[in-house]
Amino acid sequence: MRRSVVLWLAVGWVGLAVLPWYAIEDGFWNFAWLDGYPVDGDFAPALLQGLGHGRWWLLPVCLALAAPVGILGRRKTDPWFAAVLLMAGGFGLAYTLAQGFAIGIRGWEFEALESTFGELGDRQFGMGYGAVLVFGAFLFFLTEGIAARGAIKGDVFVVGSIGLVIALVAAFIFFPITRILISAVQDNDENFAPALFFTKLFSGDIWGLECLTANLSCGVAWNSLFMAILVGAGTTAMGLAFALIATRTGFRAKKLLRVLTVLPIITPPFVIGLAVILLFGRSGAVSTFLEWAFAIEPSRWIYGLPGIWLAQMLAFTPIAFLVLIGVVEGISPAMEEAAITLRADTWRTFVTVSLPLMRPGLANAFLLGFIESLADFGNPMVLGGDYDVLSIEIFFAIVGAQHDQSRAAVLAIVLLAFTLSAFYAQRRWLGRKSYATISGKGDSGLHMHLPRRLKILSYGTALPWAALTAVIYCTIMFGGFVESWGRDHGFTLRHYLEAFSVTTGAHGLVWSGAAWNSFWTTLEIAAISAPLTAGVGLLTAYILVRQRFVGKDAFEFGTMLSFAIPGTVIGIGYILAFNVPPIEITGTGVILVICFVFRNMPVGVRAGIAAMSQIDQSLDEASLTLGARSFTTLRKVVLPLLRPAIVAALVFSFVRAMTAISAVIFLVSANYDMATSYILGRVENSDFGLAIAYSSVLILVMLCAIVLIQVAVGQRRLGRRGAQQFGLEGSTG
Amino acid sequence: MMAGSTAASVRFQDVVKAFGEVVAVRDLSFTIEPGSLVTLLGPSGCGKTTTLRLIAGLEMSTSGKILIGEREVTKLPASERDVSMVFQSYALFPHMTVLENVAYGLSVSGMPKAEAHAKAEQQLALVGLKGFGARLPSELSGGQQQRVAVARALILEPQVLLFDEPLSNLDAKLRRHVRQEICELQQSLGLTTVYVTHDQEEALAVSDRIIVMRNAEIAQTGTPHELYEEPADLFVADFIGDANVVTGEIKALDGALAVVDIGGVERRLPHRGLPPGEVDVAIRPEAIHLSRERVDNSLSGTVSKATYLGSHLEYSVETPLGELFVIDHRVDGFAPPGTTVSVVMADRGVTLVESG
Ligand SMILES: Nc1ncnc2c1ncn2[C@@H]1O[C@H](COP(=O)(O)OP(=O)(O)O)[C@@H](O)[C@H]1O
Ligand SMILES: [Mg+2]
Repeated sequence: MRRSVVLWLAVGWVGLAVLPWYAIEDGFWNFAWLDGYPVDGDFAPALLQGLGHGRWWLLPVCLALAAPVGILGRRKTDPWFAAVLLMAGGFGLAYTLAQGFAIGIRGWEFEALESTFGELGDRQFGMGYGAVLVFGAFLFFLTEGIAARGAIKGDVFVVGSIGLVIALVAAFIFFPITRILISAVQDNDENFAPALFFTKLFSGDIWGLECLTANLSCGVAWNSLFMAILVGAGTTAMGLAFALIATRTGFRAKKLLRVLTVLPIITPPFVIGLAVILLFGRSGAVSTFLEWAFAIEPSRWIYGLPGIWLAQMLAFTPIAFLVLIGVVEGISPAMEEAAITLRADTWRTFVTVSLPLMRPGLANAFLLGFIESLADFGNPMVLGGDYDVLSIEIFFAIVGAQHDQSRAAVLAIVLLAFTLSAFYAQRRWLGRKSYATISGKGDSGLHMHLPRRLKILSYGTALPWAALTAVIYCTIMFGGFVESWGRDHGFTLRHYLEAFSVTTGAHGLVWSGAAWNSFWTTLEIAAISAPLTAGVGLLTAYILVRQRFVGKDAFEFGTMLSFAIPGTVIGIGYILAFNVPPIEITGTGVILVICFVFRNMPVGVRAGIAAMSQIDQSLDEASLTLGARSFTTLRKVVLPLLRPAIVAALVFSFVRAMTAISAVIFLVSANYDMATSYILGRVENSDFGLAIAYSSVLILVMLCAIVLIQVAVGQRRLGRRGAQQFGLEGSTG
Repeated sequence: MMAGSTAASVRFQDVVKAFGEVVAVRDLSFTIEPGSLVTLLGPSGCGKTTTLRLIAGLEMSTSGKILIGEREVTKLPASERDVSMVFQSYALFPHMTVLENVAYGLSVSGMPKAEAHAKAEQQLALVGLKGFGARLPSELSGGQQQRVAVARALILEPQVLLFDEPLSNLDAKLRRHVRQEICELQQSLGLTTVYVTHDQEEALAVSDRIIVMRNAEIAQTGTPHELYEEPADLFVADFIGDANVVTGEIKALDGALAVVDIGGVERRLPHRGLPPGEVDVAIRPEAIHLSRERVDNSLSGTVSKATYLGSHLEYSVETPLGELFVIDHRVDGFAPPGTTVSVVMADRGVTLVESG
């Protein structure tokens, strides 16, 4: 008898006969439903729904869940064992999904069904606890059946994990994207309207080129593309300057350069935009100074292309630096030394040898900057002015006065096409190289120093830029203590008090500050989603690195895809997909957690892949031959060796959950407001003081959290072999 | 402590393993007797490791049957087979101490920690590493790590013990020593052992039987003696000890012997079922004697290269049959290049093989 089958049978039956089948209105963790349970029609489990509430369509689910009981006594090698599990799992999944999509809040969802079966006279809501458990049971019956057929060395745990990851990615990445595609070819009353789709797709406000001929603005697609190219080129050049200084000069303060690269990662992206306003806006510090000193009239020049570009450059240069420093360091000094012994001077060596060797790194950095710029939402939001870009247009198509879902969907498709093409180009040209680690062979020799003119050029661009970054961060840190920026520069704690005051009331402490609500929600959501992200990410990495199976490439593509999907696109996809049954979770905290987990999953996967490729596979195999199952092996051998990757994944997903804005802005609700969206709201009301105070608190909290996670997970103990450090890289937005 | 009674036979029946297009093992059939040490020998890439991993359950066969003892294990995963393996890289868990490493197999099968550690101590003592339990693997020398890997594999008293090129990470001096230790341990425990190597000398030294593999298939199976004296074909002849391959002609058959003409020299050799006509002759380098005097029934040749190697001399000799490689253990009779010599073939070490 297989214990796992018994386990999933039990789970399935609890889901079917004990827990409420439908989602509970008041949230996942609310237990008020225990009151009317189990007879109340809203709270009854599926079995009672089917028998007592006229929801007969739920009864076949029970049948599929009963079938595996018959094979409990059989052996794994018995062909019936696999056959019954495959059929029960496959049918159960298909049927449960089909009934969920076929019957919604208005009864039958499709007219064809209505005309065949007649009016239903009943309806159903989104699925809840019960349904989740039953789904799990069916999924694992299916995978256990597949494993019993001998797939992946008959490993139940691995097949189950693959099944789980596929199901999750399908539900929370592919389903929302599909919903966008469907929405795009529908009008706003959900009628199929392909002609409208083409009108919208090729409309002038997306692709117009008026800016070339007249003093009008171009289409949003061109705006976005133009901006992305400028930012990609700019960040690459700047990143290269920093990387050259860090590796090929005697520059003293190299540590400081590293710090400057970490800061933007823990900064919500639009906070940089905010600081840019505080410096260069109409009443900004620099503008005021220029007016006072040179009588230059302050203007709104910063709003639009210059402002967005400046802010994105500041935010994304560190990413280019992180990519390029690896490449620049990786070039074997022997190559340069060879060129020099062949009588090339340093300049010619650099141009003919070093630079061509860096080409893949440069392309990589450019594409990352390009993708980040396209996906960025926060900076165009605060600095956009009249310069419309895709991510912003999508947002206003949904929340603005137009409320044009299908236009938002069309814009989302355009944006997605851009980022996917760039992502594809990146993977196509350089893809796998980014995982390869530098070989352990000690390349002796030193990197040559930069030729003079290049050195001057690098210092000339990088140092002022570093200074500007420093000024920006000073602005962020001190901005919160200033009475009213640009007008009254007196010291005040007013903003901090307004946001974070605590008073003592009749029942102890009262968190009376305006920011507490969103602050605690953000912490809670980030703290819940970080371990989940790390878990899903590392599990996927384990599957990708350690297992061979048919369709692995497609699997990898699916799990890495969300890296290339801009947050705005995910946001609208989630709204379209999860606003209605069968998965009805908008307005809850669950949707935020899920959104973070699947948006940040690629980071966990990459950290895991990098770390796991360095652990010799024979370690796993030794454990297997010693009688440990793959789950035990994962727990006792692989995970302890993965500590640095776990830290990286936890830190990164925590930080990104706290700084993200683009997807979040669609998904927050009155009950679940997030810090970033709250701050953005304040910025829109020109309440800069509170916004900047709150932002600096967030940055400090993240710094503390990083230290805390490091301490909690701890170091690997490997004796003489030192623990490797993993660089943090990835995107914001 | 561990009786030979746990040893089991290993049987392959038409086993195929393909990785996509690449066939790593083709129609492999063999039986390994309980308690014997069998070596898989062959050049790199011929499928030895794959065969070993098929026994361990780390690879699943594409088709065919695998039996350990009387039980079919074809579809059983590694963790459910009673087989242990010593890996080429040792695969010691770097985050566990030596003792934890050795006790691992027992503790994951649910034995209480104290008991598992006590047994692991005993096992460590058995391989001569008493008192090293608290160290981390990285704090041991290569040879010691190897012994820990063996101790860890032995603790579950497996039916079959597998070694994948266990000596390849050791320096030349240590190799001979560890080789001996493995042999002694295997004999005293009476374990069925499968040993992979690409080094023919190592294979000849340790094996009860050798399975020579070539291109995913078995080229020949036999005792070291059989393989050396009666190689089935040129490949085996050349792989097990070097061989000079020259062309001869079978003139006539005479009972079990054939009358063979080798470059004008007539010899009587076992014909091994070969028909009259052209034939390949494998001549071991040690089976050739050089003489400065003229000898009857010999070839004449000229030394083209001579190398002094301390224990023996190596010559290249130009003859009408082509260049021959010769090993001469009479170190004092050094013949410098240019010397004209008579080339005499010994009675043993000259074998007819099917021309391939
Ligand atoms: N995981 C794998 N994927 C694809 N081909 C493999 C894999 N493992 C081994 N092979 C191929 O199978 C053949 C035999 O390999 P192997 O058994 O490791 O050889 P040996 O151990 O004799 O050197 C080689 O051609 C090798 O390239
Ligand atoms: Mg091998």
